Amino acid sequence: MVATATLRDRALAVLETVTDPEIPVLTIADLGILRDVAVHGEGVEVTITPTYSGCPAMNIISLEIETALARAGIEARVRTSLSPAWTTDWLTDAGRRKLAAFGIAPPERTGSRRALFGESRPACPLCGSADTEQISEFGSTACKSLHRCRACREPFDAFKCH
Amino acid sequence: MSTTSIAVRETPLVVQLLRRADDALILGHRLSEWTGRAPTLEAELALANIALDLIGEARALYGHAGTFTGHTEDQLAYLRDADAWRNCLLVELPNGDFAVTMARLLLFSAFADTFWRAAVASVETTLAAVAARAEKETAYHVRHAGEWLIRLGDGTAESHRRAQAALDALWPYTGELFVTDAADAALIETRVIPDPAALKVGWNATLGGIFARATLARPEDGWMQSGGRAGRHTEHLGRLLAEMQHLQRTHPGATW
Repeated sequence: MVATATLRDRALAVLETVTDPEIPVLTIADLGILRDVAVHGEGVEVTITPTYSGCPAMNIISLEIETALARAGIEARVRTSLSPAWTTDWLTDAGRRKLAAFGIAPPERTGSRRALFGESRPACPLCGSADTEQISEFGSTACKSLHRCRACREPFDAFKCH
Repeated sequence: MSTTSIAVRETPLVVQLLRRADDALILGHRLSEWTGRAPTLEAELALANIALDLIGEARALYGHAGTFTGHTEDQLAYLRDADAWRNCLLVELPNGDFAVTMARLLLFSAFADTFWRAAVASVETTLAAVAARAEKETAYHVRHAGEWLIRLGDGTAESHRRAQAALDALWPYTGELFVTDAADAALIETRVIPDPAALKVGWNATLGGIFARATLARPEDGWMQSGGRAGRHTEHLGRLLAEMQHLQRTHPGATW
């Protein structure tokens, strides 16, 4: 019993170091995609839920989970669970703060469809001004849109509400 | 894995999953053909992103279909011959000019939007989960394609002419989106999939608003093309598959 708890705790500690390859300040726990870690015999089964349908980072994240755990001597397999579907509401508060500090406006906190098309514009993560405009609703990755701050004139990314 | 084409045992649910997956993958592939040659950087990013969304949807659906047929998602994508593809003809047509690409994206996405929103309530939990993600992504696709159609239709005489020509040429391919057969009927009855016929009202409403702002005329509903769902495709699909499947057919099981 003690050994089982220890293995799971060790695995969780290792998983704290696994980050999103596109947004390296976010761990998979910050993203909210780490759903479960279960002890299976000598190893663990890690369950993750994919973010956006077309996110190419998901394959890399699976690989990095296995690699990080293997490096710590823990045998692991990664299971992908589609249901329930991930939304940006699953981002943790710590994750949202890290995003803003990294220069990416965090998504509005609501799973409602209206938020997708709301006229609300994200505040500038650099100077904090609310006077911003959207340049493109498709950005450098599937999860981001491109904006510009009218106050400090800097362009910035925003995490799309999803 | 071998280069030999696979035969898929098609239950009604498998057919349904393949129809949705094939629509998404083929349209995703078509949109990806714009990569490196889109008119502006923003247009390129948008088309590539939308293509990624669609290919991602297809992967989830193939993965699920494969649990019933005993195939991997790659086998379903790369080792089926044209007559085993269940996509509608609309998505396999060539990109044409930018107006055709955007008009096709709008016509398809406006359907997919209503379909996925309704499919969130599917009793098939994996399909419902795919729908929950897809309906948000598709909403972006509708808006993007719609804004382009408005810009083109209400733009110059030349852009208006091309946008209207695109709609007129594509319209006969939209009927197939709403066609149902015996395989659908049982799944609609058991609430696995929404009834496509019931989605037409929403589709018309979405398009009507956009056409009005775009000063484009809604084409007349006349004779409609069909056949894709039954594996009778245009010559364009064969060429698309030849390119898309080339690597796996030539180097079976290749990974990187």
